[in-house]
Amino acid sequence: MIIHKHEVVIVGAGGAGLMAALYASRGGADVAVVSKLYPTRSHTGAALGGIGAALGNLEEDKPLWHAFDTVKGGDYLADQDAALILAENAVDAIVELEHMGLPFDRTPDGKISQRRFGGHTSNFGEKPVRRACHSADRTGHMILQTLYQQCIKNNVNFFDEFHVVDVIMNGDACVGAVALELSTGEFHVFHAKAVFFATGGWGRVWQITSNAHSLTGDGAAVVFRRGIPMEDMEFYQFHPTGLYGLGVLLTEGIRGEGGILLNRNGERFMEKYAPKIKDLASRDVVSRSIYLEVRDGNGIKGSNYVHLDIRPQTVNRYLAEAGETRRIDDDYIRKNLAETLDVCRTYIGVDPLTEPIPIQPTAHYSMGGIPTNIDAEAIWDAQGTVVRGLYAAGEVACVSVHGANRLGTNSLVDLVVFGRRGGMKMAEFVKTAEFLPLPNNPTAQIEAEFQRIRNAKGKTRIHELRTRMQKVMMDHVSVFRTESGMNQAIEELKELRHLYMTDTFIEDRGTKYNTDLMEAWELGCMLDMADSTALSAVNRKESRGAHSREDYKDRDDVNWMVHTLAYRETDDPYAPTPTYRLDTTKKVDTSLANEDERFLPKERTY
Amino acid sequence: MDITFRIRRYNPEAGGKAKPYWQEFELKDVEPTNRVLEMLHRVKWEQDGTLSFRRSCSSGICGSDAMRINGRNMLACKVLVRDVVTGAKNTIQVEPILGLPVLKDLIVDMEPFFAHYREVMPYFINNDPVPANGRERLQSQEDRDIFDDTTNCILCAACTTSCPSFWANGKYVGPAAIVQAHRFIFDSRDQGWKDRLAVLSEPNGVWRCRTIYNCTPACPRHIEVTRAIGEVKLAIQRGKREGIIDPATIPSKFHG
Repeated sequence: MIIHKHEVVIVGAGGAGLMAALYASRGGADVAVVSKLYPTRSHTGAALGGIGAALGNLEEDKPLWHAFDTVKGGDYLADQDAALILAENAVDAIVELEHMGLPFDRTPDGKISQRRFGGHTSNFGEKPVRRACHSADRTGHMILQTLYQQCIKNNVNFFDEFHVVDVIMNGDACVGAVALELSTGEFHVFHAKAVFFATGGWGRVWQITSNAHSLTGDGAAVVFRRGIPMEDMEFYQFHPTGLYGLGVLLTEGIRGEGGILLNRNGERFMEKYAPKIKDLASRDVVSRSIYLEVRDGNGIKGSNYVHLDIRPQTVNRYLAEAGETRRIDDDYIRKNLAETLDVCRTYIGVDPLTEPIPIQPTAHYSMGGIPTNIDAEAIWDAQGTVVRGLYAAGEVACVSVHGANRLGTNSLVDLVVFGRRGGMKMAEFVKTAEFLPLPNNPTAQIEAEFQRIRNAKGKTRIHELRTRMQKVMMDHVSVFRTESGMNQAIEELKELRHLYMTDTFIEDRGTKYNTDLMEAWELGCMLDMADSTALSAVNRKESRGAHSREDYKDRDDVNWMVHTLAYRETDDPYAPTPTYRLDTTKKVDTSLANEDERFLPKERTY
Repeated sequence: MDITFRIRRYNPEAGGKAKPYWQEFELKDVEPTNRVLEMLHRVKWEQDGTLSFRRSCSSGICGSDAMRINGRNMLACKVLVRDVVTGAKNTIQVEPILGLPVLKDLIVDMEPFFAHYREVMPYFINNDPVPANGRERLQSQEDRDIFDDTTNCILCAACTTSCPSFWANGKYVGPAAIVQAHRFIFDSRDQGWKDRLAVLSEPNGVWRCRTIYNCTPACPRHIEVTRAIGEVKLAIQRGKREGIIDPATIPSKFHG
């Protein structure tokens, strides 16, 4: 066991982690970034279309309008104080990214260019607004690269391919993390004053997903297992435009540029479901509309997908119909949606310039996660009691700015805004905070769990269990949900957990780069995420945002303007039959509604 | 279709016998449009859990899974089976990228690659105060477009490890580092270009490039790598003519 000591330890090197690393180190803290991947492999790089901020470079825009769209898009479950901070801080944060060299596209007068994006409007829902700042259709890639570059410039310490497998607590305070060095198999202890989790989501819990193989919820799970709750796990976003069969994401920017969704009859079905902004409605609305079309037999060839059409003749026809003067051509698409063309041609042999793209909803983003306050400090309970020394931001966290459904571009906004706030807060915290002592033998429990997995002599392949979990979650805990389906999922998850604890085996006995072992361990983490998602979902007896129930079709603002906190009750983090407790006493912050009735919950129409 | 994977294996923990070897795996019911990465997963998940390789996004953007497939560098997640099977047994040959030490199976040591990356100062440098109005620096879209191509780089190392000059001399910074430098040298907002050109005019800089052109077809992001290297070479020559590169400013660590 090797012990390292840094004031700030950041777990995960995507946008939120690197942003926090940068601002903590600029604030004078000694920072180490620990990541299971090389930083540039992080999934922030896969974000495509843009990052929203009310810069107003092309038309009038205001942070308050951005906050409104965020609250409305989140189906009124977003905490309004946090949504306003998100929208206000976004402006500064994005200008600072430009100052770091991020190569945004430009307006004719040289400012950061902006485009339309689903759910973003001006003047409280009046009409679509150009708010998404973009760098071609690889905005996330440019953010990740720029932040990594700046961290190198700032001499941030990186521990690449160090997989964090436990968080170390001293009483109620977080004092460090345990990581397994992938190249050697050795356990390392990182003793810290502040530990910042920025490990992203857990899309791999579902069968069809846009998420990287690495997104297994392990960062969230290690925190969850040490008693910190998971907030709003029932709200998981399915992105409407995943490439059929693969789940690979196609950017909302396609629809922003004028792309149209069509069913088997060539109908633009979003006219039915969102008459005002049609194909640019919020993601949950579009995903559900696709599901309904498929259910009514309107899928292409009667199957479970529809078409996304970006061919210039189609787009121009609808632009003309809408009375708009803008027209597009092949060259315009080649330039602005290069990534999309490449993905479609590479993966399914479809050329979007000449034929429509087959798409289906794909598991994409977790609105829920480690509960935090507006400074990225993790909290214990509905009262907001801070977990000393523990921070989180980005997809792994739940501030909550996304509420029941995240708006497009707001994931990137979230990670830069709250990564930055968390970084600054930690820099301030470590100036006066002491290193609290490590407990004795901080790696004993986690080493024992790894020994168990490594030496298990059962008959079931990890892959088989994982596939079963992904299928049951896709079938019963995805776009549409029912009581009986979710209960079925909960029962099957128990069975899978039992098999996981008693009947698995792995083949790799080595210590170096034992990816067999790591995948097996990650499955345990995914089961924790699946459990807490299904339990939180069956408990919420209403439909709101991404959580849509056939047996409770309406939103219930009387009883459910609250967040769910799911706790793992069992003290033993590796218990074979963990029990859970749900708390629904954390009220949604409605501070903007107190001053402006436009922020009061109302029916969400687009 | 049925396919045969021929995979270069290496287990560093096999004791004194640890040396690389080839192993074949048969896979049934493969769709021609399945991707090589998915089929590597099938081998790992269904037949041999010890098979080790890096992967993450599986959509061609993270750069984890560059490997040598039928003798050419590609991202395993971006290659369809139908495009690489050969011969009567539908064989696909997979081995680690060349020129970096193999650590286990298809996993190589990336540290030398990232060390070269860091040598070119791969970060934005502009020491002027930011605009007084608190807003962004201005740049025309034309100036932005000049370096657009090289902003695509995902540091997968496919180009550098396809380069015979790099195989022959690991001290050569390699195409990827030059691509990264290019992205800043030609950014109208950046002020570090002199220092970068100084580094790249060193013996292990751009002049190790013999224009063999392996790098460009190897790039999964379709970056015109050889062209970018050529533009940097030209910039150095022009810089020298105009007396911009002062040999005295070249850091000593880049000599020899």
